[in-house]
Amino acid sequence: MKLEKKDLLGIEELTKEEIELILSTAESFKEVSERDIKKVPTLRGKTVINLFYEPSTRTRTSFEIAAKRMSADAINISVAASSVKKGETLKDTALNLEAMRPDCIVIRHPVAGTPAMLAGYLDSAVINAGDGAHEHPSQALLDILTVREKLGRIEGVKLVIAGDILHSRVARSNIIGFTKLGAEVRVCSPPTMMPPGIEALGCKAFTDMDEAIKDADVIMMLRIQLERQKSAFFPSVREYSRLYGLNATRLKKAPKDVIILHPGPMNRGVEISPEVADGPWSLILDQVTNGLAVRMALFYLLLGGPKPNYPRERRKPDRVSFDEGDAA
Amino acid sequence: MKKLFIKNGRLLDPATGIDGKFDIVIMDGRIASMTPPGKGGKDTGGEGGEGGEGGKGSEVIDAKGLLVVPGLIDLHTHLREPGFEYKETIESGTAAAAAGGFTTVLCMANTEPVNDNGSVTRLIIRKAADAPARVLPVGAVSQGLRGKVLTEMAELKEAGCAAVSDDGMPVTDGGLMRRALEYSTIFDLPVISHAEELSIAGEGVMNEGEVSTRLGLKGIPNASEDSMVARDIALAELTGGRLHVAHVSTRGAVELIRAAKKRGVAVTAEATPHHLTLDHGALKGYDTNFKMSPPLRVPEDVEALRKGVADGTIDCIATDHAPHSSVEKDVEFDAAANGVVGLETALGLVLKLVDGGVLELATAIRAMTSNPARAMGLDAGSLKVGSPADVTIVDLGLKWTVEPSKFRSKGKNTPFTGWKLKGAAVKTILNGKVVYSRAKK
Repeated sequence: MKLEKKDLLGIEELTKEEIELILSTAESFKEVSERDIKKVPTLRGKTVINLFYEPSTRTRTSFEIAAKRMSADAINISVAASSVKKGETLKDTALNLEAMRPDCIVIRHPVAGTPAMLAGYLDSAVINAGDGAHEHPSQALLDILTVREKLGRIEGVKLVIAGDILHSRVARSNIIGFTKLGAEVRVCSPPTMMPPGIEALGCKAFTDMDEAIKDADVIMMLRIQLERQKSAFFPSVREYSRLYGLNATRLKKAPKDVIILHPGPMNRGVEISPEVADGPWSLILDQVTNGLAVRMALFYLLLGGPKPNYPRERRKPDRVSFDEGDAA
Repeated sequence: MKKLFIKNGRLLDPATGIDGKFDIVIMDGRIASMTPPGKGGKDTGGEGGEGGEGGKGSEVIDAKGLLVVPGLIDLHTHLREPGFEYKETIESGTAAAAAGGFTTVLCMANTEPVNDNGSVTRLIIRKAADAPARVLPVGAVSQGLRGKVLTEMAELKEAGCAAVSDDGMPVTDGGLMRRALEYSTIFDLPVISHAEELSIAGEGVMNEGEVSTRLGLKGIPNASEDSMVARDIALAELTGGRLHVAHVSTRGAVELIRAAKKRGVAVTAEATPHHLTLDHGALKGYDTNFKMSPPLRVPEDVEALRKGVADGTIDCIATDHAPHSSVEKDVEFDAAANGVVGLETALGLVLKLVDGGVLELATAIRAMTSNPARAMGLDAGSLKVGSPADVTIVDLGLKWTVEPSKFRSKGKNTPFTGWKLKGAAVKTILNGKVVYSRAKK
């Protein structure tokens, strides 16, 4: 079975069945990384470009290793997001890359919607590796895989996502993904970091951390950007940590067998205390391992087999017509 | 003697309350007579008369089945010249205006250099001398649009400015806005407010709400506009200056304006066709053609704007015609410029509202003719014997599709591509001269 899509732009566009397909494919690829020779020939001759407009060592490395384990050629391009200024635009960049006929472009960009824009210009598959505060679908898929492995189900699971919901693409993709599979999702943050209308995504919003976690099965802590303090989203790191940080004392208010996730990188001692991050509840490193498997699955499902001819909408610029002829 | 005879049309002039069949005779750029069909006397140049159909050298337009209205007036156009001629020029912008049925446009001051002194105003007026639409520049409120020092309004007025505005930027300093409203009373110059509290709008790129949350784009709450409209109304009340609120987009602003008018404050307001027809849900595809300032709001705001135009709280419909090139629009959403073109789609969109029962035809035409003239104190927007013959002839039944490639504007940035509209200007007459005729299919 294949994923009947050219691109993976967000969890929102995936059906429940497609999510299940990606997860089961990922499970089967986990074994490849346990082998002595960690490579399969599946995507030999395919070219994957990692186009990163934001620094991200772990996600980029994960995509790169995933491509290489499938025998694809992986090229990394790191660029400063500069198309704001006049000059070569993202579209120019895209069309130049396209002219070199890659099979897949993995893009991370600080502006929401940019992968969708790129996908409209390109024949190659586009995978969204994080766009602004919009989506980070491969992260949500690896989180779902991790929880499913541990708990054996997603249906009915109570998941709390805590931290800077406003700026988090991880939060959005996870809310959408987990609720699609039947989980109950709660988000918890100070009201200054709670986006308006978040409940329309199918979750419940909390400002009291203790209340949110009291019967949770999973707690996902988000990284807090310390510079947000300057923009008055919270008065001090100390107060943020006191109200929303997850430490051993607070963890006692959650069920004993609760599991902890963090998409990383962590601010130890801010949103998560070291004893929680390294404790028996933590699945943080399992997430990283599963991330590799999910990305191998995505490459396989999008690039395996002959290139399909999916109908798509191209955003071609309008051509100006000069034969107007109806002037007075 | 140059004569033009418009016969058999349905004349609708909300300013005078005329709605009926009239023959119009235009001589030397002015209305010579308006009479019921065939009733024109010899002196006034009716049929058979000197200026009528039989007269030598007269041009006859048979407007049978067509609507004849005063030339449309747009209070809010960006012509981009001088400085940004790659986006639009006075020539291309006024051609677009004429094609949209507009005979008069007020052009905003955010050019390069800024229209903050008489020489820029005079340059614009000189370049527009032979344009197919009358161009009335709007001077800046503050020098360089920097919000620090008032412009020399006497000079701006003398050079031909019809109003002042820092449009594109709010006048952030309340003290300066107070002085602008006070000082402008000497010349009876309206002050047009771009009502946006930047400290609340922050880095927002669309309306703040469920859709911005879903898309992960930064939002601008209604409070950004509401608070500034409240401030400006209070300042107009304090100073007696004439305030015109540009591109109203929120239900809160409509309420504030309604209450202020009841108290007798000299405030007028405009809404754009796009804010009257689209809501924030339209941004779901990240198409930068839907990025504008103020942003598209929620359906409740659209509804409030529609009611506001219907009951006269919002006096005018203005385009905020903001042409951009692909350099500004074919980029990442956050980086894309705000604005949409509007001159060539405005009438069709407004008539769609009429067709949908949202607005009475007379209300819609009033909002595009006599009300804008009244708001700016212009002697225009109505057809009277002796007045300049600015006339727009509209075919209410003409069906057409919005195709940006056919725009006369250099800007193709419209959110309405592919929309099927009914009703369009088929002839635009400026000073008695036909400046635009729609080609017959």
